[in-house]
Amino acid sequence: MSAPSTNAPPQRRAPTKRLMAPSVLFLLVWMIVPLAMTLYYSLQDYNLMMPNTRGFAGFLSYELLFTDPVFWDALLNTLLLVATCLLVTVVAGLALALLFNRTFVGRGIARTLAISPFFVMPVVTGLIWKYMLLDPVYGLFSWVMRSVGLEPIQWLSSYPLLSVVMMISWEWTPFALLILLTGLQSLPEDQLEAVRLDGANRWQEFRHIVLPHLGQVLYVVIMLESIFFLTSFAEIYATTSGGPGTATTNLPYYIYLSAFFQYDIGLSSAAAVGAVILANIFAIFLIRFVAGNLNAGSQR
Amino acid sequence: MTASNVDQAPGRKSGAGGTALTLLAWLIGITMFFPILWVVLTALKTEQTAFSMTPTFIFSPTLESFRSALAQGSGYWHYALNSVITALGSTLVGLALAIPAAYAMAFYPSRRTDFTLVWMVSTKFIPAVGVLIPVFLVYRSLGLLDTRLGLTMLFTAMNLPIMVWMVYSYFRDIPVDIVEAASIDGASTTQTMFRVILPLALPGLASTGLLALILAWNESFWSLTMTDYHAATLAVYTASFKSGEGLFWARLSAASVLTIAPIVVLGWFAQRQMVRGLTFGAVK
Repeated sequence: MSAPSTNAPPQRRAPTKRLMAPSVLFLLVWMIVPLAMTLYYSLQDYNLMMPNTRGFAGFLSYELLFTDPVFWDALLNTLLLVATCLLVTVVAGLALALLFNRTFVGRGIARTLAISPFFVMPVVTGLIWKYMLLDPVYGLFSWVMRSVGLEPIQWLSSYPLLSVVMMISWEWTPFALLILLTGLQSLPEDQLEAVRLDGANRWQEFRHIVLPHLGQVLYVVIMLESIFFLTSFAEIYATTSGGPGTATTNLPYYIYLSAFFQYDIGLSSAAAVGAVILANIFAIFLIRFVAGNLNAGSQR
Repeated sequence: MTASNVDQAPGRKSGAGGTALTLLAWLIGITMFFPILWVVLTALKTEQTAFSMTPTFIFSPTLESFRSALAQGSGYWHYALNSVITALGSTLVGLALAIPAAYAMAFYPSRRTDFTLVWMVSTKFIPAVGVLIPVFLVYRSLGLLDTRLGLTMLFTAMNLPIMVWMVYSYFRDIPVDIVEAASIDGASTTQTMFRVILPLALPGLASTGLLALILAWNESFWSLTMTDYHAATLAVYTASFKSGEGLFWARLSAASVLTIAPIVVLGWFAQRQMVRGLTFGAVK
């Protein structure tokens, strides 16, 4: 094997398998094996408080899950959270991206200020909003309400889900802004000039040139954000703890509660399988997109 | 003040409308940033001025809250050290794993390497709760709960797909001829990788490391579920402020500032990398 064949064209060889193996093994051990175990546990009757009753239970956990009203609340909250945050962050992000795509004095600084919330640790985001902004007595929002002669709102108890939506949107609008702005900046200027010469107005320009160009970028933002919003946890943990009642219990928080407070491994695993399926609905499209891009760019 | 519109295309004059849009952009930038500024200001107040129904914007700043947040008994240093170790550790382990894999994918592409890359990216989309319970149970039986090692490995697993992707994309910018020339000169794969490619890709590797560091530092889910005290990071520390009625706002703010300031500043320099790493090449 050691002597290279002389008549064959010079071939690039490298131990690609060995180079990739460490990463592949790492992800297998930390992601894929646990994922398979979650599936396995979901078919078990397994509660950490009752170690003697463990055994195969078929779909019992799923039956329990589907008859648990809290699960349905959590699922509904999750979907509401994803849909509302998506709407806010994508619309606001697009508007801001268009606004920041102009040239103006100090654009870089203003953009950096607007993007900063994305780099704040989610737990801290939760605390800032819970206390300094939304506190019904000492919060800044309440002071503004009182200043204009209105009754302060008890944000976290009267509108808990909306409060969480505000926190997550504050964090993630910058993400949408940043990515859409990058997309806008790759818009070929000659296309814009062409339609302007044809006498298109701003709206037509936006509708026929900018939006189609941004389509792909918007798609990616929506898919990525959906997956991240599905797994929101820290903001809820740090502020409402899923309450009042089940008002802000989303799927991740439900799984956390049933695993760490009810010690019900079977039930929480069944819910986790649900969360994975939900995330996959979005992920499948994204993965196809990434794979497609890879092939398109591989003529090197 | 009207901006000089250098890239304004012909036919679009910016007059009063342009100034209004500029002011609006600035107003929005400041509004988005305001909660962060407000925490910084609150951290510089005394507890009395911090906790009042009418907010004070002008006051004589004091570092008292920072002093008490950093004091011996506050525990800040313990959590900060854990954050530094786990974030840096996971970044280094991640780079060590990602570089060889990305090298194979970028310079010796085949169906298999393409498939592996897409598969790796797809593991990023498995929600953490999907693997939470087995990881917890296995860690418990192996004694890895509440250890820096266990947490570091979870951060690594979380960031590895993004890191492989990013390193791969930087390697692809390097002409493949360089690798060929090196191998004709008789360099082994290891030599080519370390002596030829890594120096060329250094800025890209630094960007990848920076992004991984930011993501690991801010990671909260695994810290909150897998650690208690010994390996607990600043996410756990700040989360401990969530309960308690007679809260000390100035101290809470000081602790928050100490937790977010380094990363927010790093983030300012990582905006492009953020786009590159988090969109997996879909946006350029």
